[in-house]
Amino acid sequence: MKGNIYVYILIMAAVTYLIRVLPLTLVRRRITSPFIRSFLYYVPYVTLTVMTFPAILSATDSPWSAVAGFVTAMVMSFRGKGLILTSIVSCAVVFLTELILLP
Amino acid sequence: MGSRSSWYQQGIRHGLPIGLGYLAVSFSFGLMAAKALTVGEAVMMSALNLTSAGQFSALQLILAGSGYWELALSQLIINLRYCLMSFTLSQKLDPRTPMAHRMLMAFGNTDEVFALSAAAEEPLSPYYVYGMMSMAIPGWVLGTLLGAAAGSVLPASVLSALGIALYAMFCAIVIPPAAQSPTLLVVVILSMAASLLFSALPLLAQISEGMRVILLTVLLSAAAAYFRPIREEKP
Repeated sequence: MKGNIYVYILIMAAVTYLIRVLPLTLVRRRITSPFIRSFLYYVPYVTLTVMTFPAILSATDSPWSAVAGFVTAMVMSFRGKGLILTSIVSCAVVFLTELILLP
Repeated sequence: MGSRSSWYQQGIRHGLPIGLGYLAVSFSFGLMAAKALTVGEAVMMSALNLTSAGQFSALQLILAGSGYWELALSQLIINLRYCLMSFTLSQKLDPRTPMAHRMLMAFGNTDEVFALSAAAEEPLSPYYVYGMMSMAIPGWVLGTLLGAAAGSVLPASVLSALGIALYAMFCAIVIPPAAQSPTLLVVVILSMAASLLFSALPLLAQISEGMRVILLTVLLSAAAAYFRPIREEKP
């Protein structure tokens, strides 16, 4: 390690915070363009889907428990079971699947 | 539109799975960081940055003895997606939201906090974001501490099970509205297919995860907005 560790950490923190804070503080005007408003409407759904899939399949110690957790999450979501219940039950299914599969 | 405290409590509830997921991810970050940093340094890095991809890559650079500029540039590229996210949130806020709220919210604008904030009803309440932050930040910092200080506090089976918490929650955010709207369902299915291609095809798989998220988000959201613009009364 060549540099000072605290300088490294502060540089990282400064760059990351600036990226996050500038658009929130500088852009205060409402944008009315239908295209941009539609674009922003779709952004969270695409982001979340891309972040989830296929990463969810390697989120646990075994692909089988991940698939079991994924299927559980999808079924519960389609039935509108809510964020926390879906999350907790999926964790439990992963835990139980691994208990059975991984000795 | 709820009161400040009801928004804050809602944020706490929605932040719980985020905090649990972060605990699992930052635990592995802590384990890895302990090879290069002291426990205090690892915790400080997590508390000030709140960015998984950025921190993991910074560890590599710090271990390799890279220069300050290289570190700054890598953080800029890896974390550039937050720029888009903060921009999106700025459009969801009441335009009169004071500067101090904007500055505080920005600190906690991680992928997960953003995604929930963006899916919340408009105008976005900063207190909802603070509720999520007060679960997400302790989860992230505590996981780092546990990972760095005591690699084997939690059994591997529990960590593995916690690893799916975040993703399961994402499903629960995306799927219910998609089940109501055929257009959104198609967008979600296309996003899954594109993401799978990008992670599997030889050349495309070289793109880092952070870059893939921003690239596909921009491309697919723009295509969806072009071909299927939303009607304003139901934004």
